[in-house]
Amino acid sequence: MTKQKMSGAHAVIESLNCENAEVMFGYPGGQVLPLYDELYDADIRHILVRHEQAAAHAADGYARATGKVGVCLATSGPGATNLVTGIATAYMDSVPIIAITGQVPRSLIGNDAFQEANITGITLPITKHNYLVQDANDIPRIFKEAFYIARTGRPGPVLIDIPKDTQTELIEFEYPEEVKLRGYKPTYTGNEQQIKKAASLILKAEKPILYVGGGIIFSGATEELRELAEGIMAPVTTTLMGMGAFPSSHPLSVGMLGMHGTRYANYAIQESDLIIAVGVRFDDRVTGKVSAFAPNAKIIHIDIDPAEIGKNVRVDIPIVGDAKNVLKTMLKYVKQEQVKTDTWNNKISAWKREYPLSYKKDNLLRPQFVVEQISEVCPDAIIVTEVGQNQMWAAQFFTFKNPRTFISSGGLGTMGYGFPASMGAKVGRPESTVIDIAGDGSFQMNSQELATVVQNDIPVIVAILNNGFLGMVRQWQELFFNRRYSATSLDKSVDFVKLAEAYGALGLRATKKSEVKDIIVEAVKSERPAILDFVVESEENVSPMVPAGAAINEILDLE
Amino acid sequence: MKHTLAVLVENRSGVLTRVAGLFSRRGFNIESLAVGVTENPDTSRMTIVVSGDDHVLEQVMKQLNKLIEVIRVSDISNDEAVHRELALIKVGVDSATRAEVMQIVDVFRAKIVDVGVKSLVVEVTGDESKIDAMEQLLRQFGIKEMVRTGKIAMNRGAKVVQTEKR
Repeated sequence: MTKQKMSGAHAVIESLNCENAEVMFGYPGGQVLPLYDELYDADIRHILVRHEQAAAHAADGYARATGKVGVCLATSGPGATNLVTGIATAYMDSVPIIAITGQVPRSLIGNDAFQEANITGITLPITKHNYLVQDANDIPRIFKEAFYIARTGRPGPVLIDIPKDTQTELIEFEYPEEVKLRGYKPTYTGNEQQIKKAASLILKAEKPILYVGGGIIFSGATEELRELAEGIMAPVTTTLMGMGAFPSSHPLSVGMLGMHGTRYANYAIQESDLIIAVGVRFDDRVTGKVSAFAPNAKIIHIDIDPAEIGKNVRVDIPIVGDAKNVLKTMLKYVKQEQVKTDTWNNKISAWKREYPLSYKKDNLLRPQFVVEQISEVCPDAIIVTEVGQNQMWAAQFFTFKNPRTFISSGGLGTMGYGFPASMGAKVGRPESTVIDIAGDGSFQMNSQELATVVQNDIPVIVAILNNGFLGMVRQWQELFFNRRYSATSLDKSVDFVKLAEAYGALGLRATKKSEVKDIIVEAVKSERPAILDFVVESEENVSPMVPAGAAINEILDLE
Repeated sequence: MKHTLAVLVENRSGVLTRVAGLFSRRGFNIESLAVGVTENPDTSRMTIVVSGDDHVLEQVMKQLNKLIEVIRVSDISNDEAVHRELALIKVGVDSATRAEVMQIVDVFRAKIVDVGVKSLVVEVTGDESKIDAMEQLLRQFGIKEMVRTGKIAMNRGAKVVQTEKR
């Protein structure tokens, strides 16, 4: 590329072009004025949100839905700090986003200037890496590195803080061909000897189980996973982040495990003699009481991040590498042999028959029914969720077929994530129906984005399971705090249909089972942003449930 | 149990914050940390002494390796290595005690780097136990001020901590 003279702000736009960024979500302010001035003429699509938090979540939703790097932009100080929750959400779930922030001019840094915040300091523990531009000439290199770091290895958010005076400084622009990072060389290929050892354990196992998560989706390993599961005839359980990694309707699927997992997944884990863990991190919501987790199992742990291996549980065979690569190699070693898992699979089938996921089938409108109807009407939709009961019901009662069709804040558990993330998902995959399965509490944390979806014509559907409570907290209060519902009633006080109409979106309501399907169909057909207000039973619980601190087979059915 | 880590990092501003921040947020204990530039001006070397069992040590090393600006982490606790600290100790003296202090300094092969009417500044290098012993002996005269560098360490013989990761 020939060198061109341009401003730092222009160099930012050029760098984004070089990375093929097609869209960014942002909000302007004083210290990003030169950047916004460049955006005025740029090809890259900019979507103006109504709160910076939504910009970060939208970039995250876009990244999870497409597999590309999401980009968000905010001004210094409050703009930057408003991104923080979104960055932390992306960090916990290993989502590649680039957060660009304006900063006060270099000469003012450290002076407590107007709208100054030390955002690189603030985001140190919640970014994979971050940069403060100290010389405009570094902008192309920093962007090259940032995108590379965000999307490779274990993906994650990278923040670039750009002082205003570096945005106006003139530089010679040349985008580097490659990155030179001495301290960053992720391992993609698993150690062949370790894989061989793992394969021989797998062939000896009588009660193996595959425990898989987000790593399968990020590395695009769903085909390899399916081939391995079918090859060794082992049941597959997925984490919340792994929903869609393996088809829910597959005979070998035992659904989600952990606190609100299926009984049969939890039983299978506890009784297994071998756990093949791929792209997971043995989170406490999965393991329950760690000392009682899978007492008889040997553990093979495959992960691209060596720090995850041995962090929470002891591991017998660690394999550091990309899930797709490792599973491909493993398939070479397990294929031809006989498997002896018939008895095991029969036992699991019996559990499945005995303890299916269920809820009361009566005339009342229950939230699980709504999710089942969404699954029936829109089987290929991308499902985004908020956090709490809505999230668990979505994971339990929607039948997932494909990767990147379940988008949820798993690690951080960010209420208010779903709606802006669904906006990002829809922008990235406009051909898909995108539905945010929401609670009335979570939705209200970012409902201002109704203005964004209407203004930019982003037809997402928000299905509010409206129970008038902060449902998951209420459930814990019911079970463990003697039904003392402290500060969890929302009173069904908001008219969500009118709210939708006020913003120019479609608003529909169902209060009876018979109305559910109709309004879903109407919303899909309208091709407009829509709010569906499902007025559901107020005190429905997510069941089954492992109480905090219990082993995962000590699982309770709740009325 | 104490472990000595040699950590090669990019010689850039902010790296120390990243390393120190990592220790505090993951709940690891730093006993001491010393940092300075290496033979290559682009690279700094930190010597970090951490306490914890093998599981903690493994996590410390893995988490340090995840930092983009950390180039290499080596545990040199069990290697044949030279371990050194430097201390400056200001001791109160009068005409009666000055000679005795100077004698102790001599025995320890330490140095007197400043002489005042009422005080001496002693410079001593050595491993931790030597400096502890020196401190112990000088205490009776009255230590007015003391500063220690934290440990630095290097393998004996031809073995080196490589700059390139793996």
